Amino acid sequence: MANRSSINSTLLQVSELVLHFRTSKGVVQAVDGVNFTLNANEAVVIIGESGCGKSSLAKAILRLLPRNVHRYAGKTFLYGLDIMALSDEEFRRTIRWNRIAMVPQAAMNALNPVTRVGDQVAEPLMIHQGMKKARALEKAVEMFRLVGVPEDFVYRYAFELSGGMRQRVALAMALVTSPDLIILDEPTSALDVLTQANIMNQLKRIKKEMGMSFILITHDIATSSELADRVAVMYAGQIVEVGDAQRFFQEPLHPYAQKLMASVPRLRETKDPDFIVGQPPSLINPPAGCRFADRCHRRFERCAEEPPTVEQDGRLVKCWLYIEDGVNQGDADYSRRQD
Amino acid sequence: MIRNAWADLRQYPSAIIGLLIVILLVAMAIYTLATIPYGEAIRLWRGGEDIWQDYPRTASPEWTNFFRNKKLPSTVLLDSRQGHGSKVVEPRGALTEITIEFPFNFQADDFPQELAIFFYATFAQKQPHVEMTWLTPDGREIRIGEYSPRGRDSYRFEGDSRLARRLRNVPAQQALFTVPDSDPPVPLKGTYTLRLSALVFEENGDLDAKFIAYGKVSGLAGTDHRRRDLMVAILWGTPIALAFGLLAALGTTVTTMFIAAFGVWFGGLIDAIIQRITEIVLILPVLPILIMVGTFYSRSIWVILGVVILLSIFGSAIKSYRAIFLQVKESPYIEAARAYGAGNLRIIGRYLTPRVIPLLIPQLVVLIPSYVFLEASLAVLGLGDPVLPTWGKVIDDAFRNGALFNGYYYWVLQPAALLIVTGLGFAMVGFALDRVFNPRLRGL
Repeated sequence: MANRSSINSTLLQVSELVLHFRTSKGVVQAVDGVNFTLNANEAVVIIGESGCGKSSLAKAILRLLPRNVHRYAGKTFLYGLDIMALSDEEFRRTIRWNRIAMVPQAAMNALNPVTRVGDQVAEPLMIHQGMKKARALEKAVEMFRLVGVPEDFVYRYAFELSGGMRQRVALAMALVTSPDLIILDEPTSALDVLTQANIMNQLKRIKKEMGMSFILITHDIATSSELADRVAVMYAGQIVEVGDAQRFFQEPLHPYAQKLMASVPRLRETKDPDFIVGQPPSLINPPAGCRFADRCHRRFERCAEEPPTVEQDGRLVKCWLYIEDGVNQGDADYSRRQD
Repeated sequence: MIRNAWADLRQYPSAIIGLLIVILLVAMAIYTLATIPYGEAIRLWRGGEDIWQDYPRTASPEWTNFFRNKKLPSTVLLDSRQGHGSKVVEPRGALTEITIEFPFNFQADDFPQELAIFFYATFAQKQPHVEMTWLTPDGREIRIGEYSPRGRDSYRFEGDSRLARRLRNVPAQQALFTVPDSDPPVPLKGTYTLRLSALVFEENGDLDAKFIAYGKVSGLAGTDHRRRDLMVAILWGTPIALAFGLLAALGTTVTTMFIAAFGVWFGGLIDAIIQRITEIVLILPVLPILIMVGTFYSRSIWVILGVVILLSIFGSAIKSYRAIFLQVKESPYIEAARAYGAGNLRIIGRYLTPRVIPLLIPQLVVLIPSYVFLEASLAVLGLGDPVLPTWGKVIDDAFRNGALFNGYYYWVLQPAALLIVTGLGFAMVGFALDRVFNPRLRGL
């Protein structure tokens, strides 16, 4: 981080982040050289199919590693501070929840079944800020109000709450310490559309009022478009495209992103949703070169080599199509197909 | 939290009864500790005839009379030093004549167990001379004999062969109390008097006497073969049983739970070591080890308690707790807790272990009486603490002295009933607590 001016605006910079797991069948390359940056008060949406390493990326950022880690490397800077260099204990005390909080996947099950939800929301405050229980509970009530949970629910147990309410409680828990960044791992999966919309609206309001940044991990492109400032598309452990959300939704660059967008059903269109032939590659033994090549409708000879990440239209894309003369070809193709 | 638990607990009548029993036991223990200090209890329990001479042998509790048609006599104790009866002192020249009369009302349907007079004579050279006369309610006057007490001295009616001959070999306690010529012998009810006419030969001499007609019922708990009041053991058995049971149960369940949680959470080598230790301890025979410790090392109840806890910490419970913890450890909420920066100890203490508390509470409460029973079993095997009076020790004494064979049921039944009531009380509370503290069982 030589560039001082970027320190203030860049909240999080992830570079060459690697997280490999060891299994009985071999090494799973769940996160394999991920780069992206996130500015303050910005929401980045990470989209991708199931099993592409989205949740592993979240865990890698928060250093929530399972026991079977094979390789964990790369750099993560939070406001210019290299948080990968911190010891586990320092990381736990200074980064987790103080600076980066997370709403875990299946947050409905992420609540301690034998503790009242109010106590649980208050707990991070007691751990990290040494707050007295009564004061922490007051703060918890405040958070409940913010996320739209009735105040008297603080005395309930998790199993006495509906799925949507539990999700909000998990969100309240992430908000309670006012961290710089909240990672939301599929916060609206397993919820009905009304509740989804409601929670997305809450998130938007919180982002505006509290100036918070979000990393939103999802495979629900439609819902996430509400919140996204930037979009990152993940495929087989790598980010293949990252850039401004507006431009991305209008015109995705990477062939995978194009197919992904085409698979979203649209209202008032007779066209059937598109799908991608084949299956994502195994992360144990990913293909050499471009990992999407086998399923790509735009494949050509160079795809056998590892594609570089290039800047195109203010976005970063990892595809041979946008090298030199390939640029125009890709654009032309996509716009033609849209007509 | 506590207030809510109490409100929930009140809904179970069995819990109320169990709680009353437990409170009663605790109150009994506190009362005992306050009234009979530890040292005093040991002095009383280890004391011989000098402490317990006023008590009959193997007498039933007094309340058993309530259920009997033929009422058994309780002990009559008359002591001139305490102003019982009358004492007349008449100087006769160089001599002094002392007349002590002990009148008492006898209304039982059975004969006393034994008769004895304890003399307290003061003299320098020459012993006083006492003439003993027995006056029956129907006006007969029976001469018992003469005696010259040497200082503190006792005269036992049974041991006087001349008296026995005079009473035609009928035991004195029977002959002196019978309706004349009744067959089978029936006790005569009414006011008896024992008259002691003494001649004191010295100027400063004096004589006092204590008459005891040992009854066949005594106190609230009866007495044992060494005349000891069983109440001492019954009372002192309570704090010992509660302390032993509670310490052993808490010591084993809670440490076992934490050891299992530590093993699972840190995993790897720590877990492997804990599991191997458990497997070794599991095949160790507990009772033979306790017998060995009792025989070769110490029979102190606290040493035995320590060995019991040590052997149970790495018990089979570790395996079942481990199975639960392994499952709980992978729960999303544990990962969430890690994510929000909870430390290892906090996760073990607040997230892992509370999941087995619902399992632990009934186990704990049921374990308490089981350890109380273990202590009693050890006592019956002859490994009881030789110093302390405990319920198990009482049963052991009763067993060795043929209590059931001789019909001294009270001797066995009282400590046994207390053991059972203790078990019942804790079990009833335990099962209700299970429902209260396990939110998932609610509404079932």
